[in-house]
Amino acid sequence: MWKYANPANFLRLANALIPWTGALAVALLAFGLWGAFFSSPADYQQGETVRIMYIHVPAAWLSMFCYGVMCLSALGTLVWRHPLADAAQKAAAPLGAAFTFICLVTGSLWGKPMWGTWWVWDARLTSVLVLFIIYLGLIALWQTIEEPPKAARAAAILTLVGAVNLPIIKFSVDWWSTLHQPASVFRLGGPTIHPSMLWPLLVMALGFTILFFTLHMMSTRNEILRRRLRRLSILAAQEDAR
Amino acid sequence: MTTHGAFILAAYAVTALVLLGMIGAITSDYFALRRALQKFPPRGAEAEDA
Repeated sequence: MWKYANPANFLRLANALIPWTGALAVALLAFGLWGAFFSSPADYQQGETVRIMYIHVPAAWLSMFCYGVMCLSALGTLVWRHPLADAAQKAAAPLGAAFTFICLVTGSLWGKPMWGTWWVWDARLTSVLVLFIIYLGLIALWQTIEEPPKAARAAAILTLVGAVNLPIIKFSVDWWSTLHQPASVFRLGGPTIHPSMLWPLLVMALGFTILFFTLHMMSTRNEILRRRLRRLSILAAQEDAR
Repeated sequence: MTTHGAFILAAYAVTALVLLGMIGAITSDYFALRRALQKFPPRGAEAEDA
């Protein structure tokens, strides 16, 4: 594990893994989409609109999972001051923002025909919107501070402070009376979804997760190269100045 | 796709657009960085990865 925490070793590993994980993500998403459109039935209440759930639910899971990855990276930054943790943290923020955006937009597109409104200030929806704003704040913070180690420490602190929002998102449907339905997959009594609808949802979720790991590796690789370029540019400028 | 087909189509279109846009942006950034790095001679351990 620690062997691959070296940026040079990570680059070698990422270059070898990215084509395979990318292909696996595409295959899983294609299979999941086939299940979502051609194998699973329409819902008895939602009708065909339930098909939006096959992208909305995985995007919602990934929006929180990505934040979890950022929290672990933030610990790596603050406790071990590891440059790879900095890069991983920075690389994850735009991905998290993108998955949260997908979650919000697809939820809104499902809400209009089902609830009769694009948006309600319900605890679940609002806490996910707060998550999206935190992601945007972290991206802005990274852009504001020029020196990467300083930016990483500031972003790590903000990330860990923002982690308080994760349990609020998860339990908002239990703590408050919300229009958003309670958990129907990860719950103590087991999933309440019929298996014919559950398996395409889980395949799509796995596809989204593998896609996230692929994009995160690609983005972390870019960040390492960006730092290398910065370092070489500074060295070249110093040599020119002599 | 019956009564709410447009909503379903819009949801999948937005998702595809965001994901493909993200893949495109990350890939183009990678090639731009590689091109920029090629201007510098490889040094030490970095030479092995070049």
